[in-house]
Amino acid sequence: MKFPIANPKTSRENKTGDWRSFRPITDTSKCIKCGTCVSVCPEGCISGADVKKPLQERELPKTDYDYCKGCGICANECPVKCIKMVQEEK
Amino acid sequence: MVKKTEEASIAIAEAVKNCEPDVVACYPITPSTHIAETLAKFYSDGEIKNFIATESEFASISAICGASAAGGRAFSTTSSQGLALMHEVVYAAAGMRLPVVMVVGNRALSAPLNIWCDHQDSIAERDSGWIQLYCESAQEGVDTAIQAFKIAESMMLPAMVCVDGFYLTHTVEPVDVPTVEEVRKFLPKFQPQVKLDPENPISMGEYALPTHYQGFREDVHKDVLASKGKIVEVHDEFEKMFGRGYGGLVEGYKSDDADYVFVGMGSVIGNAKEAVDELRAKGKKVGVVRIRSFRPFPEDEVRKMLEGKKHVAVFEKSYSMGSFAPVYADVINSLYSLKKKPMVSSFIGGLGGKDVTVKHAIDIFKMIRKREHMRVWV
Repeated sequence: MKFPIANPKTSRENKTGDWRSFRPITDTSKCIKCGTCVSVCPEGCISGADVKKPLQERELPKTDYDYCKGCGICANECPVKCIKMVQEEK
Repeated sequence: MVKKTEEASIAIAEAVKNCEPDVVACYPITPSTHIAETLAKFYSDGEIKNFIATESEFASISAICGASAAGGRAFSTTSSQGLALMHEVVYAAAGMRLPVVMVVGNRALSAPLNIWCDHQDSIAERDSGWIQLYCESAQEGVDTAIQAFKIAESMMLPAMVCVDGFYLTHTVEPVDVPTVEEVRKFLPKFQPQVKLDPENPISMGEYALPTHYQGFREDVHKDVLASKGKIVEVHDEFEKMFGRGYGGLVEGYKSDDADYVFVGMGSVIGNAKEAVDELRAKGKKVGVVRIRSFRPFPEDEVRKMLEGKKHVAVFEKSYSMGSFAPVYADVINSLYSLKKKPMVSSFIGGLGGKDVTVKHAIDIFKMIRKREHMRVWV
């Protein structure tokens, strides 16, 4: 008798970034730290560019490639178009 | 045990109540409505713990699946279009190994719209992984509903108890309904092997990759087959305790020495038995084999009972459009390994409540006295 069950919270081990076919690469020299990519990422896997901080104190945005699935929303929404989607080579 | 004269639906609802279900969820549909409304009344009277009056049959079966996953004993009832609407979750219940029990008041499927009895609704769910037991009488419906909980819960598989719409659901018969105390002695508390528990969280019905999916499906199939033994064991135990038996998987009626046999399921068997009695009085060697468990299909038992017969008539109230009648196809499959095969003919009738009388059964026996193969719409 087999039960099709799974234990939850497996995303700690299951790195969903494996699913990605396109990797977002941010050109930090063009980035204005506006925080748009941080707020639109559906996976919540871009950190930094905290808009609560004054511009001078803000860090550059950083993508967590362990969980980024490569949807490309950040690249699409970036107002200065500094994020490029580059095909993953495996 | 008290023998009373009442409608089969009410008796079945009482039997279900006495199994002390944790959750009952129903959406009324003819001809199973009286089962649902009687259970709703029991809830209003404080006699069952939970009754969910759902917005659709899809919600009913989803609700009982949730209740079962949380470790509760859960029940629903439906017919025809209601069962068709449940279809998606019918498969999920079996795949998730949820031992819910459902009484189906068998009724035709649209179109054309028809509320009367045939087996097309439950036959359409035959490949889902549910155990399907077909009943001949009101009493058997009552007894099988109780047995179904025990079979389902020990096999961790859902079970469907099929009772013919109107012929059984709306017929008033003398019935014994085992009391709560009696049922308690027969049916232990449900102890799920796996259940939802906030202390130890799991996800059920998880997604399985191509490497694993087939293995789960094969396992369901093997366990449905393995439930044959459990169906017989539970049936025999019930018979010992309550003094009523129905043959387990297959019931023979004067079939041992018969040359010509009528095979079928459900209430039509009453007429076939009557026809056998009339023909036996005239010295004809005829008999009946009733398939009680259609899923799992009792292949070995059917082969044993039909070996050496001259001509077998498989009568059924369903059809696979563009192919064969389902029970006929399974009977033929079961006999294929025999060196000397009996002739088997297919008779389809009673669709949408079309009358099937004792005379029809006698005519079928007359027709199969010839050796030639037939497929006849009665």
